[in-house]
Amino acid sequence: MSHDHSGSSSPSFREKYVFSLDHKVIGLQYLITSFIFLLVGFGLMMLMRWQLAFPGSPIPFFGRLFSAELAPNGVMSGEFYNALGAMHGTIMVFLGVVPLAVGAYGNYLLPLQIGAPDMAFPRMNMMSYWLYLPGGVLMLLSFLMPGGAAQSGWTSYPPLSIINPGQTVWLLSMVILITSSLLGSINFLVTTINMRAPGMSLWRMPVFCWAQLVTAVLLLLAFPPLEAASILQLMDRVFHTSFYMPKDLVLLGQTYSGSGGGQPLLWQHLFWFLAHPEVYVLVLPPMGIVSEIIANNTRKPLHGYKTMVYSMIAIGVMSFMVWAHHMFISGMSPALSNFFLVTTMIISVPSVALMTCLVFSLKGGSIRFNVPMLFALAFIPLFAIGGLTGLPLGLTVTDIYLHDTYYVIGHFHFVVVSGSIIALMGGTYYWFPKWYGRKMNDRLGLIHFWGSVACMVGIFSPMLIMGLAGTSRRLYDPTAQLHNLSTQGLNVVSTYFAYGLALFQLPFIYNFFNSMFRGEKTPENPWQATTLEWACPSPPPHGNFPSTPTVHRGPYEYSTPGRVCDFWPQSEPPSEDL
Amino acid sequence: MDNYGWAMPVAASSFAKSIDLGIWIIHAAMLAIFVLWGIFFVYLLVKYRARPGVLAQREEAHSRSSELTSLIPDLAVVAFEIGLIVFYALPVWSKVKMSVPDVANPLQLEIVAEQFGWSVHYPGPDGALGPRKAELVHFSNPIGLDHNDPASHDDVVMGNELRLPLGRTAVMKLYSKDVIHSLFIPEFRLKQDAVPGLEIPVWVEPTRLGKYEITCAQLCGFAHGLMRGDVFVQTQEDFDAWYQSRLATTPAPDKPTNPSEDF
Amino acid sequence: MTTIAIEQPPTAGAISNAKLGVWLFLASEIMLFATLFTSYIVLRLGSTSWPWGWDALNVPLATLNTVILITSSITIVMAYAKAYDKDKPGFQSWMSLTILLSLGFLVVKAFEYSHEFKLGIGPHTSVFYAIYFTMTGLHVIHVLGGILVNAGLLYMSSRSKHWEHPLFLGRVEGAGLYWHFVDIVWIFLFPSLYLL
Repeated sequence: MSHDHSGSSSPSFREKYVFSLDHKVIGLQYLITSFIFLLVGFGLMMLMRWQLAFPGSPIPFFGRLFSAELAPNGVMSGEFYNALGAMHGTIMVFLGVVPLAVGAYGNYLLPLQIGAPDMAFPRMNMMSYWLYLPGGVLMLLSFLMPGGAAQSGWTSYPPLSIINPGQTVWLLSMVILITSSLLGSINFLVTTINMRAPGMSLWRMPVFCWAQLVTAVLLLLAFPPLEAASILQLMDRVFHTSFYMPKDLVLLGQTYSGSGGGQPLLWQHLFWFLAHPEVYVLVLPPMGIVSEIIANNTRKPLHGYKTMVYSMIAIGVMSFMVWAHHMFISGMSPALSNFFLVTTMIISVPSVALMTCLVFSLKGGSIRFNVPMLFALAFIPLFAIGGLTGLPLGLTVTDIYLHDTYYVIGHFHFVVVSGSIIALMGGTYYWFPKWYGRKMNDRLGLIHFWGSVACMVGIFSPMLIMGLAGTSRRLYDPTAQLHNLSTQGLNVVSTYFAYGLALFQLPFIYNFFNSMFRGEKTPENPWQATTLEWACPSPPPHGNFPSTPTVHRGPYEYSTPGRVCDFWPQSEPPSEDL
Repeated sequence: MDNYGWAMPVAASSFAKSIDLGIWIIHAAMLAIFVLWGIFFVYLLVKYRARPGVLAQREEAHSRSSELTSLIPDLAVVAFEIGLIVFYALPVWSKVKMSVPDVANPLQLEIVAEQFGWSVHYPGPDGALGPRKAELVHFSNPIGLDHNDPASHDDVVMGNELRLPLGRTAVMKLYSKDVIHSLFIPEFRLKQDAVPGLEIPVWVEPTRLGKYEITCAQLCGFAHGLMRGDVFVQTQEDFDAWYQSRLATTPAPDKPTNPSEDF
Repeated sequence: MTTIAIEQPPTAGAISNAKLGVWLFLASEIMLFATLFTSYIVLRLGSTSWPWGWDALNVPLATLNTVILITSSITIVMAYAKAYDKDKPGFQSWMSLTILLSLGFLVVKAFEYSHEFKLGIGPHTSVFYAIYFTMTGLHVIHVLGGILVNAGLLYMSSRSKHWEHPLFLGRVEGAGLYWHFVDIVWIFLFPSLYLL
């Protein structure tokens, strides 16, 4: 491949690290930024957890930092609680997990794994990041809006979201973030379709690349409807249209002055049309990461590679047809609910297939229990709990009782936190040597792993019990409802485990930054892996490969019979002698 | 009333048992799936841990069986889900949500949700609910009842209090004045969003005397967590007596009352 | 700033990076407008009263605009043909004509909007006008974007460093694709809002 460098021969700090066009630098920018946003989102939750465990008691330390509106005498107000809740969800999903899974891991690894020198559109790649960061900052700045940040849930249902404060900034922020995401998905798709190295057929791509491919399609097609819906909501808020506002509303004692004639459920349909594929966006890249780590550490090919790929594609297609299982109780036609019941049960089939393949991949292996592998292995049962708890939610009848209870919160946190985030952390330990040429410390990794897994289970298991006991979600004082009093103790349990989880991230943060400079240096391919990202220096230079690699075999040629070496990198030339 | 613990609250309606059955069956299946897979998982981790001198065993190349074995658990899951849908979800959903039981003399009422309370509107002995208008809403008339219409002269409106006679089907139409709320009565296993602009029917046949709780199950504003009410299921005689007492003492059928302390 | 020109690698299909990129972008735009059309249908079907388009809006002006846009799609194809033949004056004439026609579209739209505003009609007036202003407004923003891109290409054609660039023709083609999309959206908008 050729590069055409205009300008000076040695790039400035600004060009190299700030406004870089190199997918690897952009990937690491996404990595650090998204980890920071994850910590911010987590911080917001830790405030909420205090209120949930000890409702009405002043927040220690931070209580006095908040204004009298937000927390009079240090006691969290209902508005502030709702703002923290809405922002926690928004930040975690849109500023944290997706940018990490797609913007960081996808950006860094996709070109490397397919043998490309960079993304198809490096300038657009840089633009994606430089839309994400300001969009995220704007989202956070909404806390400074009069009345506070958005406080209608990350789901922003109207009419509440039309009359509540903070929502306009949320909507504008989302428009910026969606633009960033759309540019990114175009980049990923063109890169994957057009820029694979010679010999890298689609069926020789690592599962991680397939996961990113399906994810990119989901993001490309599912985000625009939310953008359109957000435009309509902005119109309702700013220009007093009535897209979502029905007639005869009486708000705060006054009849609503808008024209009326709109439909609140319209927003729900449009929102969930994105948000359901979005949850697969949260899950597929981490599954891809887990697949790579498992293949590498079992020293054998993944079980059912083609099944896994077809399953991911099936999940992608079906994800557009299940959205209204979030709306069984919404007041939409109950007959329509039956349709979505069936499609939801159908989509569980490829999900089960994926998990089955991952488990069966262990069979016959020679399993190494290094730190990344521990994370990848933990993903399997924990994600399974998340997936299984989705069953009673996806079934119309049982959802009558469980909808909008803590059972839902437990379900999706098992999937996203002890599923996706565990996988994403494992990926950091796995690919860190490629990013920085050094290993992260194993002992700290073990502490981080065991502590995080134990705390995650401790936080979210009580929620499943609370949900079955009938505790609704988004209650700023759960003890105001009589039927919640008996499970209030579980709130305290969750809170302490949440603070524990925070503490256990400290070794990870320290390990990350310390190892960047003082970690044990590693060779190019410390895990003896087969995929192309390991066939170049650590870290790879600008342009990645000294010369375009040629791919001769599939992605998981481990323990090939007749060979002495137990792995056969994809780009190593074929040879007669073994 | 000690209806609550860590388990699901006591079942107090005719369809609560059906819903609970589904929850139990699914959780039993979930537990079985998790335990069986978990045992298999741990077994694999132990048996195939890396040991010096022992190499990984690849599966046969291009083996159909290896691609297809992944699908066996799927077949079991599919069969279970089809059974669940056909024999359970479709019929129960149809009964609970898609129709109102065809009984002789259901108790008809309206529930109007607002930030942050529930107004329960009973028809009088004339059996007709007085009409409501948004323009007439006032803090002394939260549901905007039109007093000029004769049908409303014998209506009773309660605030945050729902009284139902035991064993009689009650059909309640749900409305909202402002934002989306959700009527959730855990003991009845009843939940339905109240959406402004829509009129949504729910029904229940209480099967147990007692005091239960209404909670709001859809974020509706800063006091969503405080929005609640009480449900009293009484014998038909006690209900009638209560109803007569309300008719007698309520001069204008629009004063929201405080929930009764006594039952 | 260092730039990297990525060559087409061997696995590239028949579609260049840029063209594939534009098609994918258009796919997302189709989803955007499809959502608005769907919302229009849902809101209209669910409403108790809805004006006839021809009563509420100015059909003759919108018909004029339809003719203008379709013509501009033809002129942009001519511009592409001239660029293909390396005919710089030809390209510049046809592209200028395209831009002029697009500006004409905007002028007509400005007439329509100002007439409505003078009567006190705005998006808040009714759901019909809400959807009308929102959809045509978003379309106008897309027309503006197209004008900027086309004007940019017109300017670039005057600099030989761009006109000679191997990727220039692809850029014209991409702009043309986008412009046809903007035209097609209008072809659906016009009858949906004005004639029904």
